[in-house]
Amino acid sequence: MRKFLFVFPLAAFVALVGYFAIGLTRDPSVIPTVLINKPVPDFDLPPIQGFTEGLSSEDLKGEVMLVNIWGSWCVSCRIEHPQLMALAEADEIPIMGIDWKDPPGEGAKWLERYGNPYAKIGDDAAGRAAIEFGVTGAPETFVIDKRGRIRYKQTGPITEQIWERDIAPVVRELRNER
Amino acid sequence: MKGSSSFETQKTLHPEGAEGPSRRAKGFLLLRMKSGFLALLCIFTCLAPAHAVEPDEVLDDPVLEERAREIGRELRCITCQSQSIDDSNAPLAKDLRIIVRERLVAGDSDEEVIAYVAERYGDYVRLKPAMRADTALLWLAPALALVGAVAGAFFYFRHLKRLEKTTPALNDDDEDLPEI
Repeated sequence: MRKFLFVFPLAAFVALVGYFAIGLTRDPSVIPTVLINKPVPDFDLPPIQGFTEGLSSEDLKGEVMLVNIWGSWCVSCRIEHPQLMALAEADEIPIMGIDWKDPPGEGAKWLERYGNPYAKIGDDAAGRAAIEFGVTGAPETFVIDKRGRIRYKQTGPITEQIWERDIAPVVRELRNER
Repeated sequence: MKGSSSFETQKTLHPEGAEGPSRRAKGFLLLRMKSGFLALLCIFTCLAPAHAVEPDEVLDDPVLEERAREIGRELRCITCQSQSIDDSNAPLAKDLRIIVRERLVAGDSDEEVIAYVAERYGDYVRLKPAMRADTALLWLAPALALVGAVAGAFFYFRHLKRLEKTTPALNDDDEDLPEI
Protein backbone atom coordinates (compact mmCIF):
# COMPACT_ATOMS: atom_id res chain seq x y z
CA MET A 1 0.00 0.00 0.00
CA ARG A 2 2.84 2.34 0.94
CA LYS A 3 4.33 1.72 -2.46
CA PHE A 4 1.47 3.52 -4.20
CA LEU A 5 1.82 6.80 -2.29
CA PHE A 6 4.12 8.02 -5.05
CA VAL A 7 0.99 8.29 -7.17
CA PHE A 8 -0.13 11.51 -5.48
CA PRO A 9 2.72 13.84 -6.54
CA LEU A 10 2.67 12.19 -9.96
CA ALA A 11 -1.07 12.82 -10.30
CA ALA A 12 -0.60 16.44 -9.22
CA PHE A 13 2.12 16.85 -11.82
CA VAL A 14 -0.02 15.34 -14.57
CA ALA A 15 -2.89 17.65 -13.61
CA LEU A 16 -0.60 20.68 -13.79
CA VAL A 17 0.75 19.60 -17.15
CA GLY A 18 -2.84 19.29 -18.36
CA TYR A 19 -3.68 22.81 -17.23
CA PHE A 20 -0.59 24.29 -18.84
CA ALA A 21 -1.11 22.38 -22.07
CA ILE A 22 -4.62 23.74 -22.41
CA GLY A 23 -3.46 27.20 -21.42
CA LEU A 24 -0.82 27.22 -24.13
CA THR A 25 -3.47 26.80 -26.80
CA ARG A 26 -5.15 30.03 -25.72
CA ASP A 27 -4.32 33.42 -27.15
CA PRO A 28 -4.00 35.96 -24.33
CA SER A 29 -4.52 38.87 -26.67
CA VAL A 30 -8.08 37.80 -27.42
CA ILE A 31 -9.88 38.71 -24.27
CA PRO A 32 -13.36 37.23 -24.11
CA THR A 33 -15.87 39.94 -23.55
CA VAL A 34 -17.68 39.98 -20.25
CA LEU A 35 -20.42 42.09 -21.77
CA ILE A 36 -22.09 39.30 -23.72
CA ASN A 37 -25.86 39.38 -23.13
CA LYS A 38 -25.60 42.64 -21.24
CA PRO A 39 -27.40 45.75 -22.51
CA VAL A 40 -25.36 48.20 -24.51
CA PRO A 41 -23.66 50.72 -22.17
CA ASP A 42 -25.21 54.17 -22.05
CA PHE A 43 -23.44 56.70 -24.18
CA ASP A 44 -24.18 59.75 -26.26
CA LEU A 45 -21.54 60.74 -28.76
CA PRO A 46 -21.47 63.91 -30.84
CA PRO A 47 -21.13 63.74 -34.63
CA ILE A 48 -17.68 63.70 -36.15
CA GLN A 49 -16.58 66.86 -37.91
CA GLY A 50 -18.48 67.34 -41.13
CA PHE A 51 -21.51 65.32 -40.07
CA THR A 52 -24.70 66.45 -38.37
CA GLU A 53 -25.78 63.29 -36.59
CA GLY A 54 -23.93 61.55 -33.78
CA LEU A 55 -24.53 58.15 -32.17
CA SER A 56 -26.08 57.26 -28.84
CA SER A 57 -27.10 54.06 -27.07
CA GLU A 58 -30.72 54.95 -27.86
CA ASP A 59 -30.00 54.30 -31.54
CA LEU A 60 -28.93 50.75 -30.80
CA LYS A 61 -32.26 49.01 -30.54
CA GLY A 62 -35.15 47.99 -32.73
CA GLU A 63 -33.21 45.79 -35.11
CA VAL A 64 -30.10 43.67 -35.26
CA MET A 65 -27.09 45.82 -36.08
CA LEU A 66 -23.33 46.10 -35.90
CA VAL A 67 -21.33 48.61 -33.89
CA ASN A 68 -17.88 48.98 -35.36
CA ILE A 69 -15.03 50.66 -33.49
CA TRP A 70 -12.59 52.22 -35.94
CA GLY A 71 -10.13 55.07 -36.43
CA SER A 72 -8.32 56.72 -39.33
CA TRP A 73 -5.03 55.77 -37.65
CA CYS A 74 -5.92 52.08 -37.57
CA VAL A 75 -4.28 50.01 -40.31
CA SER A 76 -6.42 46.91 -39.72
CA CYS A 77 -9.55 49.03 -40.08
CA ARG A 78 -8.38 49.92 -43.58
CA ILE A 79 -8.09 46.20 -44.28
CA GLU A 80 -11.58 45.55 -42.95
CA HIS A 81 -13.13 48.50 -44.73
CA PRO A 82 -13.95 46.90 -48.11
CA GLN A 83 -15.85 44.15 -46.30
CA LEU A 84 -17.91 46.71 -44.40
CA MET A 85 -18.59 48.61 -47.62
CA ALA A 86 -19.77 45.38 -49.25
CA LEU A 87 -22.15 44.70 -46.35
CA ALA A 88 -23.46 48.27 -46.43
CA GLU A 89 -23.96 48.30 -50.18
CA ALA A 90 -25.78 44.96 -50.09
CA ASP A 91 -27.96 46.31 -47.29
CA GLU A 92 -27.08 43.24 -45.24
CA ILE A 93 -27.14 44.91 -41.84
CA PRO A 94 -27.01 48.46 -40.48
CA ILE A 95 -23.51 49.37 -39.35
CA MET A 96 -22.99 52.01 -36.68
CA GLY A 97 -19.52 53.44 -36.29
CA ILE A 98 -17.60 54.79 -33.30
CA ASP A 99 -14.64 56.88 -34.38
CA TRP A 100 -12.18 56.06 -31.62
CA LYS A 101 -9.47 58.51 -30.51
CA ASP A 102 -9.27 60.32 -33.81
CA PRO A 103 -8.08 63.94 -34.03
CA PRO A 104 -10.87 66.25 -35.23
CA GLY A 105 -11.52 65.99 -38.94
CA GLU A 106 -9.38 62.91 -39.54
CA GLY A 107 -12.30 60.49 -39.41
CA ALA A 108 -14.30 62.44 -41.96
CA LYS A 109 -11.28 62.72 -44.25
CA TRP A 110 -10.71 58.98 -44.10
CA LEU A 111 -14.34 58.23 -44.94
CA GLU A 112 -14.26 60.77 -47.75
CA ARG A 113 -11.26 59.01 -49.21
CA TYR A 114 -12.34 55.38 -48.81
CA GLY A 115 -16.10 55.46 -48.54
CA ASN A 116 -18.63 55.55 -45.71
CA PRO A 117 -20.35 52.27 -44.75
CA TYR A 118 -21.88 53.68 -41.56
CA ALA A 119 -25.50 54.60 -40.98
CA LYS A 120 -24.47 56.76 -38.04
CA ILE A 121 -21.11 57.69 -36.52
CA GLY A 122 -20.23 58.84 -33.02
CA ASP A 123 -17.09 60.81 -32.23
CA ASP A 124 -15.27 59.19 -29.31
CA ALA A 125 -12.20 61.40 -29.16
CA ALA A 126 -11.69 60.85 -25.44
CA GLY A 127 -12.08 57.09 -25.72
CA ARG A 128 -14.65 56.94 -22.95
CA ALA A 129 -17.42 55.17 -24.86
CA ALA A 130 -14.95 52.58 -26.13
CA ILE A 131 -13.89 51.79 -22.58
CA GLU A 132 -17.56 51.32 -21.68
CA PHE A 133 -17.62 48.68 -24.40
CA GLY A 134 -14.46 47.07 -23.04
CA VAL A 135 -12.59 47.83 -26.24
CA THR A 136 -8.94 46.85 -26.29
CA GLY A 137 -8.02 47.79 -29.83
CA ALA A 138 -9.40 48.55 -33.25
CA PRO A 139 -11.17 47.28 -35.18
CA GLU A 140 -13.68 45.61 -32.92
CA THR A 141 -17.27 44.93 -33.85
CA PHE A 142 -20.24 44.19 -31.65
CA VAL A 143 -23.44 42.51 -32.77
CA ILE A 144 -26.42 44.13 -31.05
CA ASP A 145 -29.82 42.44 -30.90
CA LYS A 146 -33.25 44.01 -31.27
CA ARG A 147 -33.46 44.75 -27.59
CA GLY A 148 -30.16 46.56 -27.48
CA ARG A 149 -28.07 43.80 -25.90
CA ILE A 150 -24.54 42.88 -26.89
CA ARG A 151 -24.65 39.33 -28.21
CA TYR A 152 -21.33 38.83 -30.02
CA LYS A 153 -17.95 40.51 -30.21
CA GLN A 154 -15.52 40.29 -33.08
CA THR A 155 -11.98 41.29 -32.13
CA GLY A 156 -9.99 42.25 -35.19
CA PRO A 157 -11.02 42.86 -38.78
CA ILE A 158 -14.06 41.21 -40.28
CA THR A 159 -13.05 39.30 -43.35
CA GLU A 160 -15.44 37.70 -45.77
CA GLN A 161 -14.66 34.33 -44.23
CA ILE A 162 -15.22 35.52 -40.69
CA TRP A 163 -18.51 37.11 -41.71
CA GLU A 164 -19.82 33.97 -43.37
CA ARG A 165 -18.55 31.54 -40.77
CA ASP A 166 -18.96 33.38 -37.47
CA ILE A 167 -21.09 36.49 -37.64
CA ALA A 168 -23.76 35.89 -40.28
CA PRO A 169 -25.15 32.84 -38.44
CA VAL A 170 -25.41 34.85 -35.22
CA VAL A 171 -27.19 37.66 -37.05
CA ARG A 172 -29.64 35.20 -38.60
CA GLU A 173 -30.46 33.66 -35.25
CA LEU A 174 -30.91 37.07 -33.62
CA ARG A 175 -33.24 38.16 -36.38
CA ASN A 176 -35.47 35.22 -35.58
CA GLU A 177 -35.72 36.31 -31.97
CA ARG A 178 -38.54 38.54 -30.82
CA MET B 1 66.20 66.27 0.10
CA LYS B 2 65.36 67.05 -3.48
CA GLY B 3 66.14 63.69 -4.91
CA SER B 4 63.94 61.62 -2.66
CA SER B 5 60.44 60.61 -3.76
CA SER B 6 57.47 62.19 -2.03
CA PHE B 7 56.63 58.78 -0.73
CA GLU B 8 59.91 58.63 1.20
CA THR B 9 59.47 62.19 2.36
CA GLN B 10 56.04 61.48 3.70
CA LYS B 11 57.27 58.45 5.50
CA THR B 12 60.07 60.23 7.29
CA LEU B 13 58.58 63.68 7.85
CA HIS B 14 55.06 62.71 8.78
CA PRO B 15 54.84 62.17 12.52
CA GLU B 16 52.93 58.87 12.11
CA GLY B 17 55.27 57.83 9.31
CA ALA B 18 56.04 54.22 9.97
CA GLU B 19 52.74 53.22 11.66
CA GLY B 20 49.70 55.07 10.26
CA PRO B 21 48.57 54.98 6.65
CA SER B 22 50.60 57.18 4.33
CA ARG B 23 48.93 60.11 2.68
CA ARG B 24 49.15 58.31 -0.64
CA ALA B 25 47.44 55.29 0.79
CA LYS B 26 44.78 57.51 2.34
CA GLY B 27 44.24 59.27 -1.00
CA PHE B 28 43.84 55.93 -2.70
CA LEU B 29 41.32 54.75 -0.13
CA LEU B 30 39.32 57.95 -0.54
CA LEU B 31 39.25 57.50 -4.31
CA ARG B 32 37.94 53.98 -3.91
CA MET B 33 35.27 55.17 -1.49
CA LYS B 34 34.20 57.91 -3.90
CA SER B 35 33.94 55.59 -6.87
CA GLY B 36 32.17 53.01 -4.74
CA PHE B 37 29.68 55.61 -3.63
CA LEU B 38 29.22 56.77 -7.20
CA ALA B 39 28.58 53.20 -8.31
CA LEU B 40 26.01 52.72 -5.57
CA LEU B 41 24.33 56.00 -6.53
CA CYS B 42 24.08 54.87 -10.16
CA ILE B 43 22.61 51.53 -9.18
CA PHE B 44 20.00 53.03 -6.88
CA THR B 45 18.97 55.62 -9.43
CA CYS B 46 18.41 52.91 -12.00
CA LEU B 47 16.35 50.96 -9.49
CA ALA B 48 14.05 53.94 -8.87
CA PRO B 49 10.52 52.83 -9.86
CA ALA B 50 9.46 54.10 -13.26
CA HIS B 51 5.90 55.01 -14.00
CA ALA B 52 4.01 56.34 -16.98
CA VAL B 53 1.80 58.80 -15.11
CA GLU B 54 2.06 62.18 -16.78
CA PRO B 55 1.94 65.51 -14.94
CA ASP B 56 -1.45 66.47 -16.41
CA GLU B 57 -3.04 63.35 -14.95
CA VAL B 58 -1.92 63.89 -11.38
CA LEU B 59 -4.78 64.73 -9.03
CA ASP B 60 -4.60 67.74 -6.75
CA ASP B 61 -5.48 65.74 -3.66
CA PRO B 62 -2.36 63.75 -2.68
CA VAL B 63 -4.36 61.14 -0.78
CA LEU B 64 -6.54 60.41 -3.81
CA GLU B 65 -3.52 60.49 -6.09
CA GLU B 66 -1.76 57.92 -3.94
CA ARG B 67 -4.84 55.68 -4.06
CA ALA B 68 -4.96 56.16 -7.82
CA ARG B 69 -1.31 55.08 -8.13
CA GLU B 70 -1.93 52.05 -5.95
CA ILE B 71 -4.98 51.00 -7.96
CA GLY B 72 -3.02 51.66 -11.15
CA ARG B 73 -0.42 49.15 -10.00
CA GLU B 74 -3.15 46.54 -9.56
CA LEU B 75 -4.73 46.90 -12.99
CA ARG B 76 -3.30 45.20 -16.03
CA CYS B 77 -2.73 47.16 -19.22
CA ILE B 78 -4.62 45.26 -21.91
CA THR B 79 -2.41 46.31 -24.80
CA CYS B 80 0.86 45.63 -22.97
CA GLN B 81 -0.38 42.79 -20.87
CA SER B 82 2.58 42.22 -18.60
CA GLN B 83 2.55 45.83 -17.40
CA SER B 84 0.23 47.60 -15.04
CA ILE B 85 -1.58 50.70 -16.26
CA ASP B 86 0.65 52.65 -13.90
CA ASP B 87 3.73 51.49 -15.83
CA SER B 88 2.43 51.34 -19.37
CA ASN B 89 2.77 54.11 -21.94
CA ALA B 90 -0.04 52.72 -24.07
CA PRO B 91 -2.87 55.15 -24.90
CA LEU B 92 -5.45 52.76 -23.47
CA ALA B 93 -3.52 52.68 -20.18
CA LYS B 94 -3.60 56.46 -20.06
CA ASP B 95 -7.37 56.48 -20.65
CA LEU B 96 -7.84 53.97 -17.85
CA ARG B 97 -5.63 55.96 -15.48
CA ILE B 98 -7.79 59.01 -16.12
CA ILE B 99 -10.94 57.00 -15.50
CA VAL B 100 -9.54 55.61 -12.24
CA ARG B 101 -8.87 59.15 -11.06
CA GLU B 102 -12.31 60.35 -12.15
CA ARG B 103 -14.03 57.60 -10.23
CA LEU B 104 -11.96 58.27 -7.12
CA VAL B 105 -12.86 61.95 -7.26
CA ALA B 106 -16.51 60.88 -7.65
CA GLY B 107 -16.15 59.05 -4.34
CA ASP B 108 -15.80 55.37 -5.31
CA SER B 109 -13.89 53.08 -2.97
CA ASP B 110 -10.75 51.29 -4.22
CA GLU B 111 -12.63 48.04 -4.75
CA GLU B 112 -15.45 49.85 -6.57
CA VAL B 113 -12.99 51.42 -8.99
CA ILE B 114 -11.32 48.08 -9.72
CA ALA B 115 -14.74 46.45 -10.12
CA TYR B 116 -15.74 49.17 -12.59
CA VAL B 117 -12.83 48.27 -14.85
CA ALA B 118 -13.24 44.51 -14.32
CA GLU B 119 -16.93 44.73 -15.28
CA ARG B 120 -15.89 45.95 -18.71
CA TYR B 121 -12.68 44.07 -19.33
CA GLY B 122 -13.06 40.93 -17.24
CA ASP B 123 -11.17 39.60 -14.26
CA TYR B 124 -8.07 39.23 -16.40
CA VAL B 125 -7.50 42.94 -15.84
CA ARG B 126 -6.87 42.38 -12.13
CA LEU B 127 -3.19 41.82 -11.49
CA LYS B 128 -4.12 40.61 -8.02
CA PRO B 129 -6.85 38.01 -8.48
CA ALA B 130 -10.06 38.63 -6.56
CA MET B 131 -10.61 36.53 -3.47
CA ARG B 132 -13.73 34.58 -4.33
CA ALA B 133 -15.06 31.05 -4.31
CA ASP B 134 -13.69 30.29 -7.76
CA THR B 135 -10.29 31.84 -7.07
CA ALA B 136 -9.92 30.32 -3.60
CA LEU B 137 -7.96 27.38 -5.00
CA LEU B 138 -5.59 29.76 -6.78
CA TRP B 139 -4.85 31.61 -3.55
CA LEU B 140 -4.63 28.54 -1.32
CA ALA B 141 -2.62 26.32 -3.65
CA PRO B 142 0.85 27.38 -2.38
CA ALA B 143 -0.19 26.93 1.26
CA LEU B 144 -1.77 23.58 0.48
CA ALA B 145 1.34 22.48 -1.39
CA LEU B 146 3.48 23.41 1.61
CA VAL B 147 1.22 21.53 4.02
CA GLY B 148 1.27 18.53 1.69
CA ALA B 149 5.04 18.60 1.47
CA VAL B 150 5.50 18.88 5.24
CA ALA B 151 3.00 16.07 5.83
CA GLY B 152 4.76 13.92 3.25
CA ALA B 153 8.12 14.55 4.91
CA PHE B 154 6.68 13.77 8.33
CA PHE B 155 5.25 10.44 7.24
CA TYR B 156 8.41 9.53 5.36
CA PHE B 157 10.69 10.12 8.31
CA ARG B 158 8.32 8.32 10.65
CA HIS B 159 8.38 5.39 8.23
CA LEU B 160 12.17 5.40 8.29
CA LYS B 161 12.17 5.44 12.09
CA ARG B 162 9.84 2.46 12.16
CA LEU B 163 12.06 0.54 9.79
CA GLU B 164 14.99 1.24 12.04
CA LYS B 165 13.15 -0.17 15.06
CA THR B 166 11.97 -3.36 13.38
CA THR B 167 15.17 -4.22 11.55
CA PRO B 168 16.99 -6.80 13.68
CA ALA B 169 20.16 -5.45 15.20
CA LEU B 170 23.45 -7.23 14.69
CA ASN B 171 23.68 -10.13 17.09
CA ASP B 172 26.74 -11.19 18.94
CA ASP B 173 27.50 -14.01 16.53
CA ASP B 174 28.50 -11.56 13.85
CA GLU B 175 31.03 -10.01 16.12
CA ASP B 176 32.84 -13.22 16.84
CA LEU B 177 35.15 -13.29 13.92
CA PRO B 178 37.58 -16.10 14.01
CA GLU B 179 41.01 -15.04 14.94
CA ILE B 180 43.47 -15.69 12.24
